[in-house]
Amino acid sequence: MELDLKKLELRNVNDKLQNLDRKSNERDFTIINPEGNHAICAGLDKEMNVIIKGHVGYYCAGMNKKATITIEGNVGTGVAENMMSGKVHVKGNASQSAGATAHGGLLIIDGDASSRCGISMKGADIIVKGSVGHMSGFMSQSGNLIVCGDAGEALGDSLYETNIYIKGNVKSLGADCVEKKMDKKHINKLKKFLKDAEIKNHKAESFKRYGSARKLYNFKIDNNY
Amino acid sequence: MCGIVGIYLKNEKLKNSLGSLLSKMLINMGSRGPDSAGFAIYKKEEDDKFKYSICINKLNFDDFKKKIHEYTEVELEKNSDHVILKTSTKPSEMLNILKKHFKDVALVGYGKSIEIFKQVGDPSEVVKKFKLDDYSGSHAIGHTRMATESAITTDGSHPYSTGEDECLVHNGSLSNHNNLRRKLKKDGVNFDSENDTEVAAGYISNNLSKKNLKETLKDSLKDLDGFYTFITGTKNGFAVLRDEIACKPAVIAETDDYVAIASEFQAMAHLPEVNNAKIFEPEPGVVYSWGN
Repeated sequence: MELDLKKLELRNVNDKLQNLDRKSNERDFTIINPEGNHAICAGLDKEMNVIIKGHVGYYCAGMNKKATITIEGNVGTGVAENMMSGKVHVKGNASQSAGATAHGGLLIIDGDASSRCGISMKGADIIVKGSVGHMSGFMSQSGNLIVCGDAGEALGDSLYETNIYIKGNVKSLGADCVEKKMDKKHINKLKKFLKDAEIKNHKAESFKRYGSARKLYNFKIDNNY
Repeated sequence: MCGIVGIYLKNEKLKNSLGSLLSKMLINMGSRGPDSAGFAIYKKEEDDKFKYSICINKLNFDDFKKKIHEYTEVELEKNSDHVILKTSTKPSEMLNILKKHFKDVALVGYGKSIEIFKQVGDPSEVVKKFKLDDYSGSHAIGHTRMATESAITTDGSHPYSTGEDECLVHNGSLSNHNNLRRKLKKDGVNFDSENDTEVAAGYISNNLSKKNLKETLKDSLKDLDGFYTFITGTKNGFAVLRDEIACKPAVIAETDDYVAIASEFQAMAHLPEVNNAKIFEPEPGVVYSWGN
């Protein structure tokens, strides 16, 4: 079903997708003329496929659960923020805070993501085919952040248990973020991610792995109370 | 919050629609700044005269007209509560005349090609009031304001003039503006408001007398403390700078015909061929400039 945001109210489109009629078999939707609107496809919680043809604004596919959402364009701040499950695929570039606080699901960005990509992520997997900006993976707690290009300043600052894999150059590492050994299990895991994202031009072995040195305040047992 | 927009035409064919393109951008950014709006339009010089953009506030236009002729020869063009004053009188002299004898009016900008209009109110009302749709030109920048650092007044609205044919719009807030204002006052820079952006404008114009625009903007990275995306308009184009933390957004769309910048993409969604444009975010701490 085609939904034209030039003719329909954004609120009505989101409302329709958020309250999908389970009895109907309609599970494929195409949204046209998004024109940079905010919060398109936020809060979807059922299995469905949505293709958005064009550039979108902030918080697209926010809080996504189960749905597969493809954006054929660029996305603004906070794409797939707080995603729980499902898949969000951005064919263009992403603005800052892509996949922020996401608990689960897969976020694929074909282009670049700007600053704070995967900030405070809590279990999602984020694959960026281009580069990420400064402070990416800031305070991220769990999940995987995979970047085929370069990373900006202060990568993985104050990191908890997220695994970060970078193919290109890292401008600088944030506090408590260190390079870690790539074991066989990491290579195998990465191989699977690259396959899922249909990335053929990068070998898992050529990535470097970064993680927490576990030396900040939170990691010291003496600081427990 | 605040919204900032700008458009620079690479191709003359869009020149007559510059005003209407900018007007839609400003109206859209009303969601980021509903308190006031303003814009600067650059037109190629027709002659060698200076143009002074003046907000006459509540002063009666006829009274102003009568009085100004006592001091110098001028042509006046009224647009709502603003007047574009054309004259061959040089800024050094004209600024003095205005300061001494016209305390009720506010000079919002001057130069050979710039015209600035700004006022409090909803952006859609402001652009209608100044008939922005009818304007043509080579490039333009605009601002919609959500007041944070000073009151909702005309002199708290953007753009701020930073010198001849120069102006500044700003999304963000500066935290060291009081200190910097004191320093700049010692250097002889005048300020009309308590606004933080006016300090940035003063800083830029003060430094432009010593350095070029690119160097001045680079210096501002260390001298201005706070959050900002700046667009500075100059006679030949504009420049963009985001602070190094880059909390304040900006997105640029470039085609063969124009370069447009806005706080959010949706403000540019109506521009011709925008879906085929090269779209990117300016990187933090990097000066981008066109036409300069």
